[in-house]
Amino acid sequence: MTDYTRSEIHLCVNGQSHRLNVDNRRTLLDALREETGHTGPKKGCDRGQCGACTVLLDGRRVVSCLTLAVAADGSDVTTIEGLASDGELHPLQQAFVQLDGFQCGYCTPGQLCSAVGMLAEHAAGWPSAVTTDVSAEGPAPELDAEEVRERLSGNLCRCGAYPSIVRAVLETASRAEVTG
Amino acid sequence: MAASSTSPSPAPSGHQALRPNTAGTSAPSARMGEPPLGAIGMARPRVEGMAKVTGAVRYAADEPMSELAHGWVVTSTVTRGRIRDIDTSAALAMPGVLGVLDHSNAPRLNLDAGSFFGPDGGMHLLQNDEIPHSGRPIALVVAETAEQARSAAMALRVTYDEEPYDVDFSLEHPAARPATAFFGEDATVGDVEREVAASTVAVDERYVTPEAHGAAMEPHSATAWWEGERLQVVDSNQGPFLVAMTVATLFHLEPKQVRVRSLHVGGGFGSKSGGCGPQLVLAVMAATMFNRAVRVTLTRSQVFQTVSMRPATDQRVRIGADADGRLRAIDHTAAFEVSKLADYLENCTELSNTLYAARAIRTRRTAVPVDILPPYSVRGPGATPGSFALESAMDEVAERLRMDPLELRLRNEPRVGPVSGLPFSRRNLVTCLREGARRFGWATRDREPRTRSEGHLLVGTGMAATSFSAGALPSTASITAEADGGFTVAIGASDIGTGARTALTAVAAEALRIDPERIRLLIADSDLGPAWSAGGSRGTTSWSWAITGAAAKLRSQLAGATLPLTVSFDTTESLGALPPMERHSYSAVFCEVTVDPATGEVRVRRLLGMFAVGRVINPLLARSQLVGGMIMGLSMALHEEGVRDPATGRHVNGDFAGYHIAAHADIPDIEADFVPDYEPGDPSGIKGVGEIGTVGTAAAIANAVWHATGRRHRTLPIRPDRVLEEPPPR
Amino acid sequence: MKEFSYQRPGQVREALALAADDGARFLGGGTNLVDLMKDGIETPNRLVDVRGLPLDGVRDAPDGGLVIGATTTNSDAAAHPEVRRRYPALSQAVLAGASGQLRNMATVGGNLLQRTRCGYFADSSQPCNKRSPGSGCSAIAGEHHNHAILGWSDHCAATHPSDMAVALVAFDAVVHYETLDGTQEIPLSEFYPPVGETPQRETMLPSGALITAVTLPGAAASPRSRYRKVRERASYAFANVSVAAALDVNEGVVQGARIALGGLASRPLRAHAAESALQGAPATADRFGVAADAELSAARPLRDNAYKVTLARNLIVAVLTELAHPAE
Repeated sequence: MTDYTRSEIHLCVNGQSHRLNVDNRRTLLDALREETGHTGPKKGCDRGQCGACTVLLDGRRVVSCLTLAVAADGSDVTTIEGLASDGELHPLQQAFVQLDGFQCGYCTPGQLCSAVGMLAEHAAGWPSAVTTDVSAEGPAPELDAEEVRERLSGNLCRCGAYPSIVRAVLETASRAEVTG
Repeated sequence: MAASSTSPSPAPSGHQALRPNTAGTSAPSARMGEPPLGAIGMARPRVEGMAKVTGAVRYAADEPMSELAHGWVVTSTVTRGRIRDIDTSAALAMPGVLGVLDHSNAPRLNLDAGSFFGPDGGMHLLQNDEIPHSGRPIALVVAETAEQARSAAMALRVTYDEEPYDVDFSLEHPAARPATAFFGEDATVGDVEREVAASTVAVDERYVTPEAHGAAMEPHSATAWWEGERLQVVDSNQGPFLVAMTVATLFHLEPKQVRVRSLHVGGGFGSKSGGCGPQLVLAVMAATMFNRAVRVTLTRSQVFQTVSMRPATDQRVRIGADADGRLRAIDHTAAFEVSKLADYLENCTELSNTLYAARAIRTRRTAVPVDILPPYSVRGPGATPGSFALESAMDEVAERLRMDPLELRLRNEPRVGPVSGLPFSRRNLVTCLREGARRFGWATRDREPRTRSEGHLLVGTGMAATSFSAGALPSTASITAEADGGFTVAIGASDIGTGARTALTAVAAEALRIDPERIRLLIADSDLGPAWSAGGSRGTTSWSWAITGAAAKLRSQLAGATLPLTVSFDTTESLGALPPMERHSYSAVFCEVTVDPATGEVRVRRLLGMFAVGRVINPLLARSQLVGGMIMGLSMALHEEGVRDPATGRHVNGDFAGYHIAAHADIPDIEADFVPDYEPGDPSGIKGVGEIGTVGTAAAIANAVWHATGRRHRTLPIRPDRVLEEPPPR
Repeated sequence: MKEFSYQRPGQVREALALAADDGARFLGGGTNLVDLMKDGIETPNRLVDVRGLPLDGVRDAPDGGLVIGATTTNSDAAAHPEVRRRYPALSQAVLAGASGQLRNMATVGGNLLQRTRCGYFADSSQPCNKRSPGSGCSAIAGEHHNHAILGWSDHCAATHPSDMAVALVAFDAVVHYETLDGTQEIPLSEFYPPVGETPQRETMLPSGALITAVTLPGAAASPRSRYRKVRERASYAFANVSVAAALDVNEGVVQGARIALGGLASRPLRAHAAESALQGAPATADRFGVAADAELSAARPLRDNAYKVTLARNLIVAVLTELAHPAE
């Protein structure tokens, strides 16, 4: 009899293809941590309440602890381990190091993946809960500190690195604007 | 020092290897005599920063391990009583299950094991059928995978005989008793009653703070296995050496049989200090029972239920003052919860003993045993809730005197310890107050509350003064001068996010007079020798002292020595020789809040702390820690509260959706800066920075909310429903 | 978590057939369902993933309104230019919920079906009539700081957690669903039944039904609309009280008002009494207060949540005032 409680899935993690046979109960977070060797994403709560497990799923930030691995079948996953390319840190990673955007570092993988996803959302013109006029047509709302804070609020940090994180994101965003 | 910086003679052959590859022609012995390189005081990014931003660092639950079994903790669903039965039959029949540990089969522990406060029943898990508090671990299900263990844990059938419980803590609780005098006796200076009676104004108020959790982002995880007679442990904790000692005691082992490592730790805030955590006790039991490597990782809700918290406090503060603001009396009675399982001291009166001069000072600390999880230190233990009470009361004195609260503080500077009579080693509170006030623009503040508004928002400012005791505790470091020119510095320190790796590298570099790049720092391993933990704002001071001591010793022995050469240094004797003094860090915290009286929403708009924390090893990292501390204080002021069910005594908001810690959106840009300071009783002149940021912040915010609204908040957190105002009658 | 099978069909009929068994559940973003499965509160034996169905996206409706497909993510719904232009309070409500990550996962259909955040519901060791009918309600005598003040019964005092649904109720949204018998629709205002004696019955959806879309009528389009939410931190927390409102004012007189309230009851509440009280009234804070009182006079606070009456009243007045006088 076929085991209907397991599934063959395919994940592309940081550009590398993985074929896995997973228990349907397995979350994407556990599949990454236990099966594909990506322990960067962290299990801070396992309930979608802290953001430490944030990864990019087909380019969008999600919490991997509430994503079933089987439901992510066929997806591209980017974890913290995949943000740097060719040994070159992502500008956000660099800014985090320089501006001390972390202390214990446990929420950092989630903060970074979330920030990368957030910048793309902003560039796509998405408003946020603090956008004064969501109906405004035209360019995206200006990415100021208040916007960054609201948009990153799904990533808790108990060490209180928030101000440095916001600074790192704003600095990276403004540098990206300058260099186009 | 044998060598001088001008020595023309060739260095002894053993020294040649000390020459750095890129160095010029000067003999290494000469280099060793050069003045400090300025490693201390430099803003440098964290040495492990690259690894942290790429996901490469491994925390306890990240260590790959072959043949690993997983334990799932089962906790009590009742608040007090006895276990009637744990039916494991269904669980044992499930796939992958190796077994279930409970009080009927768990290894017997040494019940003398505990913390500084004595035996700690909080660690004595699975020893009997008693349920002392809700959430008590009562079983561990061990299986091949975590999913299997979790499923089997849900299949356990546990029945209880419930007994009446008592979680109704207050200052007036009939079981209230004098607290342990672990940190010294209560103060009795002068005649408080007479001085209060003679005062022009007297404040007499109650301040209440709730149970609060360290809530570090990394849930506690331990992996334990036996290698022959040796127990190996990878664990999330704040001090591997002290944890190893506790494990040895608990499991009747020789200290050298236990090795504990904690390479990277995802935050502590006290929650990973104090003996050893439930994850570790249970992992060692399971590793012993199944002769396998076993990993036990707590769920977030289990972290809330099973790992120590800051106890609730109920404090009465009376302050009497003359019309000119001079204090006549400080009378601080502080009650806090303890568990019946273990003693503990939430030393709420620390600041009342030392912060202000007064003719009479009386402190009384009261412990109230109730049926709760054993409380223990959370960032700034005692001082943090105590400061909320004292500094709120000081603001109330200023209000009644119609005096600037800053001026009130300035008028009550003591010359010597108001209770101890001891001299202050360095007391830079006034500098903090004045410089903080200047930067904040305090001088233009309205005296009257509820005078500023912007649209529908009320705006107010508040401040608080703070101290936090400074010092070091015995630790041992060893340094090896390697044949390749490097130096291996080994100390059982733990970097829980404090930046210890970076700071100790700088301290070692300065002490050895070499480039930090030549240092190889080994930490986070109990095999590295006795060392204090990352706690009490004494981690960096304790470890630095040992390192500087070892460095001096090494430098004195290097001439002519054969490499590698290892020396070690134990600080116990030096610390014992320190003359008793009042040694503290100081800070002044200023803040501006907006309050929407229609909704009760309070937002902190500006927060500034000026700190006197001794010499600053690395301003980038120290500032981060102070800012982080202030954020935890903000979170305490506005958000955090462990809620108990009035109907069952259970902690009911044990997750991050229920126990709110400040999120990005709650936090403004925060300024933390240093005034020049130096601790003469420390070889590097340093004090701790880990906790003082948290201490004064809640009071500063509460005082700002008063200034904005005209209403005092003496109970934390300052939730919207507590601030919300009824509309004026039509 | 109990073991389950998983399917991801491409067609609605196929999905309906797969979900016909007892114990099957549709899986959208999983942000609520997977969470509850971890603690055994939800124990499906089959998950039918609806995200492969052709139900994604926002399109124009013939009446000038919008059709929002059930599998549209919360993020896409909130960011859609026409949602933002015609129903800005809906966009704001969605953005006020959860976090950026969760909104990228959660679907519009799933949002309407999310379960209460009452702590006792999520704790299988405690009595809860919603989870285990007849076991009792722990909240009424227990911890209920954030529970209902309107419409609760002795059987349950839980609140509905959705922000989005509050705005949808204000805009007269209609829920479209499909069963093996065909397609049906029901106004969202009638979608959630009163608590009464059956708190376990949370929606009017027949068993096995699949929400396919939510429509917003063109007549309800309200560029001047607003959602405000009060919670215990500035973001990433469930509401204590929330208000969605639209206001049409001409020469200082209210021509029409739409008001819906969140955090107060087992369902998002349309404030009909308040709306009637405003019709033709001067757009003043006083009259907004009268309207709020008309709605809240029925409130029956529990021991520890009376603040919600004041908070709801103040919030209604604040939002209406803001809509009436945008510059202030």
